[in-house]
Amino acid sequence: MVNPQMVMYEEEFNQIQTVVDHLVKSANARSVFIVDKNGQLIAASGDVEHLDTTSLASLTAGNIAATGGMAKLLKENEFATQFHEGERANVYIMLVGNRVILVVIFDAKSSLGLVRLRVKKASEELNHIFENLLKKVAEPGGESPFAEITDEDIDNLFND
Amino acid sequence: MSFINLMAREINCKIVYYGPGLCGKTTNLQYIYERTNPEAKGKMISLATETDRTLFFDFLPLALGEIRGFKTRFYLYTVPGQVFYDASRKLILKGVDGVVFVADSQIARMEANQESLENLRTNLAEQGYSLDKLPYVIQYNKRDMPDIGSVEELRELLNPTNVPEFEACARTGVGVFDTLKAVAKLVLTELKRGGP
Ligand SMILES: Nc1nc2c(ncn2[C@@H]2O[C@H](COP(=O)(O)OP(=O)(O)OP(=O)(O)O)[C@@H](O)[C@H]2O)c(=O)[nH]1
Ligand SMILES: [Mg+2]
Repeated sequence: MVNPQMVMYEEEFNQIQTVVDHLVKSANARSVFIVDKNGQLIAASGDVEHLDTTSLASLTAGNIAATGGMAKLLKENEFATQFHEGERANVYIMLVGNRVILVVIFDAKSSLGLVRLRVKKASEELNHIFENLLKKVAEPGGESPFAEITDEDIDNLFND
Repeated sequence: MSFINLMAREINCKIVYYGPGLCGKTTNLQYIYERTNPEAKGKMISLATETDRTLFFDFLPLALGEIRGFKTRFYLYTVPGQVFYDASRKLILKGVDGVVFVADSQIARMEANQESLENLRTNLAEQGYSLDKLPYVIQYNKRDMPDIGSVEELRELLNPTNVPEFEACARTGVGVFDTLKAVAKLVLTELKRGGP
């Protein structure tokens, strides 16, 4: 398949959400996101209501892509983590299993040391979940949920 | 790579606008942004130089509506067209589901169009994609300018495989939504087939 689809199932989605919810608490973070390398938001937790999560996801992915490109030029494997320190908010970004990106936003209530420590465990759990998910997606018989849509369905989307 | 979230009942697809410098890629996205209902769009992000040339990418998330209970979202990206930003172009192409090639109709830009199209093919091939297998449409932009090539000429040079083509003036919006709809439709049709 030229263009493999990424499919998120209920089971894995719930597992990911649990890890993310837990990380917000254990790291004293403001919010935590999981973004795929193409910039799509997979999960979010914490104080996210006032955040433009879609934009953040796309910029994070662009950022990781750019540093990944730099790493390649320097014959480095990958710069797995990044830290940006602001006046009020800090951002810790980690590439998990070279597949998804974990973003932790935290303030003075937490510290880089604590975030690092908690992220380590969370990233191991996430890695495991995504490994299973990818196996599931690659299984034969994984019918596209879109196999049944008709040309009419598609046309209707554009009739406004 | 489309992303289907069965839990949130969402489907997300990535469309990339490609083409030579100043052909009007960013202008396409700006027009779409201006003419889309607030509830159907997110913020448009432009990572640009001080002279408004795209430096890394433009990004515009659009919600098109629902198909069989699935929210369909299209993430539109433009690449920087200037030749020396090739490393960035490669990054933006990752995970692409559909491509719009925006050509500049001006005769003086014909070589730039051809080079950019060649560059698109090369960069896709590096990632194991083939332009001939991707949902792909072409837009002949700047039809309002003097000294432009005829559509026949442009087709012969840039569209030998006869993919859907559209004449446009992105500044006034002519042809912009026709182009977007055509590529979005191809992407959804591909999704329905579940890939080759
Ligand atoms: N006359 C005319 N001008 C256009 C048209 N489309 C875009 N322009 C103008 O062309 C210039 C370049 O447009 P952009 O959209 O920034 O070009 P781009 O392809 O994004 O360029 P890069 O970011 O460098 O790759 C701007 O001044 C636009 O207003 C058109 O259809 N007709
Ligand atoms: Mg641009």
